[in-house]
Amino acid sequence: MAGPVVFFAVFFAYPVVAIVGRGLEIDGVWQFGRIGEVLSRPDILRVLWFTTWQALASTVLTLLIALPGAYVFARFDFPAKRLLRAVVTVPFVLPTVVVGTAFLALLGRGGLLDELWGVRLDTTVWAILLAHVFFNYAVVVRTVGGLWSQLDPRQEEAARVLGAGRFAAWRRVTLPALGPAVAAAALMVFLFTFTSFGVVQILGGPTFSTVEVEIYRQTAQLLDLSTAAVLTLVQFAAVGAVLAVHAWTVRRRETALKLVDPAQTARRPRGAGQWALLGGVLATILLLVLAPLGVLVERSLDGPGGYGFDYYRALTALDASGGTFLVPPIDAVWNSLRYALVATVIALAVGGLAAAALTRKAGRLLRGFDALLMLPLGVSAVTVGFGFLITLDKPPLDLRASWILVPLAQALVGVPFVVRMMLPVLRAVDGRLREAAAVLGASPLRVWREVDLPLVRRALLIAAGFAFAISLGEFGATVFIARPDNPTLPVAVARLLGRPGELNYGQAMALSTILMVVCAVALLVLERIRTDRSSGEF
Amino acid sequence: MSTTKKITVTALAAALGVTTLAACGGESKDSSTSDGASKPKTVTLVSHDSFAASPSVLKAFTKETGYTVKVLKSGDAGAALNKEILTKGSPQGDVFFGVDNTLLSRALDNGLFTPYEAKGLSQVTDEVQLDKDKHRVTPVDTGDICVNYDKKYFADKKLAPPQSFDDLAKPAYKNLLVTENVATSSPGLGFLLGSVGKYGEDGWQDYWKKLKENGVKVVDGWEQAYNEEFSGSAGGKKAKADRPLVVSYASSPPAEVLFSEPQPAEAPTGVATGTCFRQTEFAGLLKGAKNEAGGKALLDFLVSKKFQEDMPLNMFVNPVVKGAKLPEVFTKFGAVADKPETVAPDTIAKNREQWVRSWSSLVLK
Repeated sequence: MAGPVVFFAVFFAYPVVAIVGRGLEIDGVWQFGRIGEVLSRPDILRVLWFTTWQALASTVLTLLIALPGAYVFARFDFPAKRLLRAVVTVPFVLPTVVVGTAFLALLGRGGLLDELWGVRLDTTVWAILLAHVFFNYAVVVRTVGGLWSQLDPRQEEAARVLGAGRFAAWRRVTLPALGPAVAAAALMVFLFTFTSFGVVQILGGPTFSTVEVEIYRQTAQLLDLSTAAVLTLVQFAAVGAVLAVHAWTVRRRETALKLVDPAQTARRPRGAGQWALLGGVLATILLLVLAPLGVLVERSLDGPGGYGFDYYRALTALDASGGTFLVPPIDAVWNSLRYALVATVIALAVGGLAAAALTRKAGRLLRGFDALLMLPLGVSAVTVGFGFLITLDKPPLDLRASWILVPLAQALVGVPFVVRMMLPVLRAVDGRLREAAAVLGASPLRVWREVDLPLVRRALLIAAGFAFAISLGEFGATVFIARPDNPTLPVAVARLLGRPGELNYGQAMALSTILMVVCAVALLVLERIRTDRSSGEF
Repeated sequence: MSTTKKITVTALAAALGVTTLAACGGESKDSSTSDGASKPKTVTLVSHDSFAASPSVLKAFTKETGYTVKVLKSGDAGAALNKEILTKGSPQGDVFFGVDNTLLSRALDNGLFTPYEAKGLSQVTDEVQLDKDKHRVTPVDTGDICVNYDKKYFADKKLAPPQSFDDLAKPAYKNLLVTENVATSSPGLGFLLGSVGKYGEDGWQDYWKKLKENGVKVVDGWEQAYNEEFSGSAGGKKAKADRPLVVSYASSPPAEVLFSEPQPAEAPTGVATGTCFRQTEFAGLLKGAKNEAGGKALLDFLVSKKFQEDMPLNMFVNPVVKGAKLPEVFTKFGAVADKPETVAPDTIAKNREQWVRSWSSLVLK
């Protein structure tokens, strides 16, 4: 408990409070009047309104599209299931710059939709919403699907035997059990889309702006810290409200569940209905996830001399002039992996400790702590980055030019994921098992290892996958923290896109493809890590 | 869990600067010694993300002076400068490079820099020396923001490409131009300032009304404008872009040639030389620098011929030192703006906010 608290105090609360204070405290006087001033500006109000409704719409749309997917991945066995599960997570790590490109290629002029039906969605809200679904599809599939695959189908069957209809059985038995996971997924999607930055900037054109974009403009471009501070507080308030609603709905739902080994619950689809459902989900994935990714791969191979690996070869050579990167771009792969590894370890350690603490006790203080852990998802990366800059500048905490700052910032975003993934499962563990173990003389640590760990191992792996993926694709912190020149993949991609010339563009596409592959492979490896103990004995 | 606990402790300890996770191989090269026992061997240059120099040139500097250059990249030009302002007094490095004439006043008003007259400043052209009396900043390079055109499009249409600001508003070029949002993009802002320079503080709004009627398209950033909307670029060709005019740089055509395999005999794009705004970039010695002597040596080096002649192919900018030779790609494919527009830094500082705001309500609504 103390570990996570210290971590958050030092690397989140302190920097954020400092930067907000810098904006609102002028000559020792707190200028709370600024809040009213800023909030009465029509342009700011418009931004707030747009931010809120697009986040709500994105969340609803994502749930509608992704829940069938979660079911299919949890309950059916089909060829290449693991590969697909890794692939749908890939969007999550792609830098928004690249996603913007892919979506413009699909939805924009001369894109697929334009060719087929003459529909152009770029610079409309639809492009933003679809891109958000693309990004967050995996969040729902993994969070909800992870738990769903461990629910014992026999409970539903028992209800059917007792005379409940198929739908009633699902509604009375499965849905309540899934509730917390669905709520957690919805919460995360909402927070992500609420603080959406790159997607809105690229696909929305200059007409749409979110609070996050506005904070960036006020801080990084205009240096209007007080307006930025007010907007940060507004973001805090909104996120706080959402967290409160979430806590209130979930608290009355979390019950001990009977969890079983996922391998037992999935089977081949039977009957026309199930096959149709599987087909529908696969078609959705094809259109929504694979098509945009495919565009990038196609462009990375479409070299000057026809299709081939020219751009990939160019990646391993130093720039003709030796300038943009002091290292070949391919080195960015290793930088990214290194950062991601460290960030994952930090996120798992802090998140795991926090989740363990949260399951053990209940109480108002702890619930507050739970909410606190979620806040980094809802606070602008700019605010945190600039906060780092003005707080971590004195020994022993002069970390501004230290490489550890990057994985630390990334872990901040990873921790909430780890907590959200593990909590539903940990809370679902039947407390009597722990008590029994304790009665039989096991130490608390041993109880954790023998009872909790086997059950949450899967959630832990999924959480690790997310933390890793977040770090791999994370762009905000790495941009706001000045760093010596060891670019990560997303940074390298952005840099290549920032220069004219065919080779640069092609290399950016090639590097994006490599980023996708690296992510997919990393996730597949995680999927492979299986325990040799079967957890089916409960 | 015990191992996890250990890892947390280690991670936290590392974060708290007690130890470092050397195993993870972060590039933590020794930075300057802080106890002043010996002369610091590193000089730190903070810059925006576009800074680039050939390793051989940086090595030559080390050979000459004994200092190793550590480069910290700090985001785009605006963000990088604002970070320095926020951390005034305990800077992240010794020298800051990349404040341009559109941001110069903000930097000077905040007192970021220690005055220093670089050796070799006499060789720098006069018109870029905007802080001649105090030497708080040293000019390093210039770049022109101009409209680029897609040669093939205009050849196919048998239409002469536009040459001036006036041309862009003519019906012949309706729906052809894409530019960037002035609030979020520096070429976008440069183009707006160019129109202010051309039509004056009272006339630019009318000009933009005409441009809007003539179907100018605005996107958020240069990357998108150039790679997705502009039909003359490699990315644009793949994206089937349909705008043959884009606001970019005078050095973009040489880059198009340089970064093609095989290199074409002629650049696919050209520059409308009457639509340019001149940006000048400066460097300065940061107040509170840990290594002032090294910082001064680095400033001298930035205006030396060696560095100046290395810049064009790395950053696609022009040297400011008289007699610095341009690479052939530049002289052959680049364009020289006949009379680039400029606006005085303090005029920009006074009006920028308001210009951006009125531009937004005029063009984006």
